[in-house]
Amino acid sequence: MKTPTRSTVFWASLFDLLSSMRFAIGLLTILAIASVIGTVLQQNQPYPNYVIEFGQFWFTVFEWLGLFDVYHSAWFLILLAFLVLSTSLCIWRNTPGFLKEMRGWREHASERSLAAMSHTALLQGTGTPETVQAYLTSQGFAIKTAQREDGSTMVVGKRGAGNKLGYFFAHIALVVICIGGLMDGNLPLKIGELVGTIRPETRDIPQGQVPAESRLSTSNLSFRGNVTIPENSSADVVFLNAGRGYLVQDLPFIITLKKFRVEYYPTGMPKLFASDIVITDKASGKTREETVKVNHPVHVDGVAIYQASFGDGGSPLALTAWNLAAPAMGPIKVEGRSMNQQPLIANGKPYSLEFGELRVFNIQDMRDNSTVAVNKTFNELLSQAQSVQHEKNLANAGPTIQFKLRDNQGQAFEYHTYMSPLVLEGRSYIVTGVRKEVGQPFSYLRLPLDQEGSLQSFMRLYATLHDTSLYPEIARRAAAKALAGSSISPEMQQQFQFSVEFVLNRFHEGGFRALDEFVQARVPADKQAEVGQTYIKILQAVVVDMMEIAHQRAGLAPFQLNENNYRFLLDSLVAAGILVRDYGSPVFLQLSGFEQVQATGLQLTRSPGKNVVYFGSLILVLGILCMFYIREVRVWVRLGAQDTRLAVSSNRKNRDLEQDFARHQARLLEIVQGKA
Amino acid sequence: MELVHSQLNTSQKRLDVFDWLYAALIVVAAVVAEQQYGQYMDIYEHSILIGSTLGLIALGWFWKSWRWFFPLTGALALAAIALYAGDINQGQSRFFLRYLLSSQSAIMWMCTLFFLAMAVFWAALFSRSAFLEQFATGLTWAASVMGLTGLFVRWDESYLISPDIGHIPVSNLYEVFVLFCLITALMYLYYAERVATRRMGAFVLPIICAAVGFILWYTFDRQAHEIQPLIPALQSWWMKIHVPTNFIGYGAFAIAAMLGIAERLVSRGVLADRLPSADIMEEVMYRAIAVGFLFFTIATILGAMWAADAWGGYWSWDPKETWALIVWLNYAAWLHVRLVKGWRGAVLSWWAIIGLFVTTFAFIGVNMFLSGLHSYGAL
Ligand code: HEM
Repeated sequence: MKTPTRSTVFWASLFDLLSSMRFAIGLLTILAIASVIGTVLQQNQPYPNYVIEFGQFWFTVFEWLGLFDVYHSAWFLILLAFLVLSTSLCIWRNTPGFLKEMRGWREHASERSLAAMSHTALLQGTGTPETVQAYLTSQGFAIKTAQREDGSTMVVGKRGAGNKLGYFFAHIALVVICIGGLMDGNLPLKIGELVGTIRPETRDIPQGQVPAESRLSTSNLSFRGNVTIPENSSADVVFLNAGRGYLVQDLPFIITLKKFRVEYYPTGMPKLFASDIVITDKASGKTREETVKVNHPVHVDGVAIYQASFGDGGSPLALTAWNLAAPAMGPIKVEGRSMNQQPLIANGKPYSLEFGELRVFNIQDMRDNSTVAVNKTFNELLSQAQSVQHEKNLANAGPTIQFKLRDNQGQAFEYHTYMSPLVLEGRSYIVTGVRKEVGQPFSYLRLPLDQEGSLQSFMRLYATLHDTSLYPEIARRAAAKALAGSSISPEMQQQFQFSVEFVLNRFHEGGFRALDEFVQARVPADKQAEVGQTYIKILQAVVVDMMEIAHQRAGLAPFQLNENNYRFLLDSLVAAGILVRDYGSPVFLQLSGFEQVQATGLQLTRSPGKNVVYFGSLILVLGILCMFYIREVRVWVRLGAQDTRLAVSSNRKNRDLEQDFARHQARLLEIVQGKA
Repeated sequence: MELVHSQLNTSQKRLDVFDWLYAALIVVAAVVAEQQYGQYMDIYEHSILIGSTLGLIALGWFWKSWRWFFPLTGALALAAIALYAGDINQGQSRFFLRYLLSSQSAIMWMCTLFFLAMAVFWAALFSRSAFLEQFATGLTWAASVMGLTGLFVRWDESYLISPDIGHIPVSNLYEVFVLFCLITALMYLYYAERVATRRMGAFVLPIICAAVGFILWYTFDRQAHEIQPLIPALQSWWMKIHVPTNFIGYGAFAIAAMLGIAERLVSRGVLADRLPSADIMEEVMYRAIAVGFLFFTIATILGAMWAADAWGGYWSWDPKETWALIVWLNYAAWLHVRLVKGWRGAVLSWWAIIGLFVTTFAFIGVNMFLSGLHSYGAL
């Protein structure tokens, strides 16, 4: 025998450690805890988002630790590798022993060792091996009989070998599953990146210009990538995420999107997302038509195509633009395309018009949100709880377009415009949301439409408001009317006219906000409310004069004042008060038409390991079933001259064993005492 | 201990005439279902129908009480469907629907009965009354009958609202909470018969009632009981098997944890003479975790297969998936410690209790706090 050297001792104890239960349990626990990280920290976000969230310092630390993609980080993969190693070694280590145990009968077990077992009994009387054999066989045992040196006969019964098989199944399954996972993982790409044969592209350049070291050929065995295809367009590559950049995976076929379909339930929840595509094989030129739906992928050449997302594919838009600096000029037509940007010159200044998404359906619950549970009586609550269906006041608010207008300093306002008018109490308005910063809510503004359903009347009034040279005339008319109605005395006329001009100038500068600011800053606190009221009354009065002048200038029939028209003027006043200062754009853009072009977001994968993983899963379940629900039971019956030894053992020492033992003991007693 | 022995293995007796009657009933029901609805099913749904038929027969043969429980709920559900006569609005006008059998009424009855059962179990514990124990067990059965009936009726109601809205009621947090209560109660009832003691009820019912509390809050405060149509991601026959399988796992882990608490109390002498021995409870705890682990394994695999169809990958490290893995690893470690290392007692009980927190987080915490692909229902 060789004396063990230092290094064999080291390897032997390393083997012991890695295959030990202690190590396995430790590993399971550590893996569980490590997995938590990736669920708490959102994975695979664009890197700038992380910098904003954690600051530069922690961003660097987290990136170094691989926390932005934990499950593909080196240390996590190493943990998994250890689990596979430990399980494999465990199987390796247990196999000889388990096999020996499965095959062995221990028919030569000594009387002493049988007597020392936990479930054992010495019965008075003896019988023939045949009767015992028959009994054990009837109980489902495999049997073996041996003649012993002391003249006694040993009958051994064995049942439930599947339990040990279960161990092999379940644990080998784990290794199989991990190997399958590895086949589908991005390890080859990671290695390619490390070695330098693959370099992710970080620039935003057209796909055709991406250099070869950022492209993967069609022979790549496993990948998972995404591509967005607008209607009537094609793609023959997908893009794989790779850290800060991306890789381009070439496909053996071309996908053309014919139509993307969305359907909605009456509640506005989506019901169907489907892409009608044509797949053209590059080599043979053969085409096939398919429909990809959520939960119904299409398989081509071992590549699976999934419906992953959808969006606007760049829809042609028709817009009506009102120049707010010269509103009387009337609108001009502007053409655009959603998801695209284009230059726009307004009043000689260059702007960039950046269109976002066109949304055709905007289903909203018009139910009054204030009726929350607190206001309801118990009975109302109860009857509501009784029914699984509820009235909702759902309406489609129609198409919307979102866009930004950026000046040459890079400052932008963002708008959200509804195409269809909003109808409130029988009056129609164009609704548009404005915000200065992404992330803030939009503040909405309603411009009243005239009888012809146009913004023309409002804009005419707005033009008058813009023409400060008209203010003395407006003030004069207002004062004359006030005098005629005896709301002011003749001495006050001059003063009144002056006030009207003042209010108009302020309003023109900054709407209601400017007037309010003035009142806050200059008027004593106890007078503020009163003065504010007066200003508003003045505005409400002069708006009529303004409209009269607007009509005169446009050569229209004299303006008729009635209740309906007056409401229109008041609505206009409110809208104008916001438009002058808070709108932020020199043009008012109204969506007047579109031609919807949608885009589908497809995910394409090739995962050769999938079937390996499924096979592993199957034997995992079989294995667990065997381990839990097949009990291994062994029975030894030693038939002596006068007495009989019974011993029963099982891999699980539980109540079932107690019961088995009691049953076998009772039956055997009958047998050996000749009562059977 | 004697009690335990004499009762064990009753299920291994030979099949009697009722077993065959029950099997015949299930087969007839399946054939009728096939004739009525076969034309709307795809190949997978046909397989699920066959599988459920065999599974239900096996369950009835294995657990004798199931032989009356399941047909009874079926009969009640059919009665409700007949009363509806194809018109969802009957739910508010017909007396029996409005107060008993419409899904919401049935589920509210389930909630009430579970609370009552809990109260009576505790009263039984303190008064040492076998009669009260029996009564509480009866209440638990009644609650389960109403719960399963409610789910069946809800399934039908969803189709009455509109055929394109109809779907099996395991599609959102509200529905699966009802399922959770039901499965946990049934598993408890099974173990109570197996080990012939009803005293564990006082500990199992509280976790069910906690879930009932959630259901009530979710109903009254959020109106979550309204039937919503299925978004495309959930329109899959995988849902029919993945979700219930998962909840057998959750229910089993919940029972194990509650027994862990009971075991801890008993081994410190609290209520020791009123509860089953620590031994019995440890064994039931083990059995529950074993069943839970098995089903949870299957559920996770089914989930992976669904994900492969729906998201393009069988494993995407989505938070819900990852937490399922965490739960699974946790109980794998628990089982090794008990079965291979032979540990017993305090550590395992505590571990099962903590395990329930991990499981609960995987169950609802993920939906509440983490974002991911699982569009299952945010709170
Ligand atoms: C994710 C990893 C693992 C899982 C899910 C797992 C699962 C299981 C399960 C469920 C059992 C059943 C317990 C029983 O009924 O006896 C078991 C038994 C066992 N496991 Fe693991 N196991 C894992 C890893 C390991 C590793 C790494 C080892 C090596 C130390 C190991 C060694 C054993 C042994 C020796 C048994 C007992 C077999 C017997 O005596 O019947 N397991 N395992």
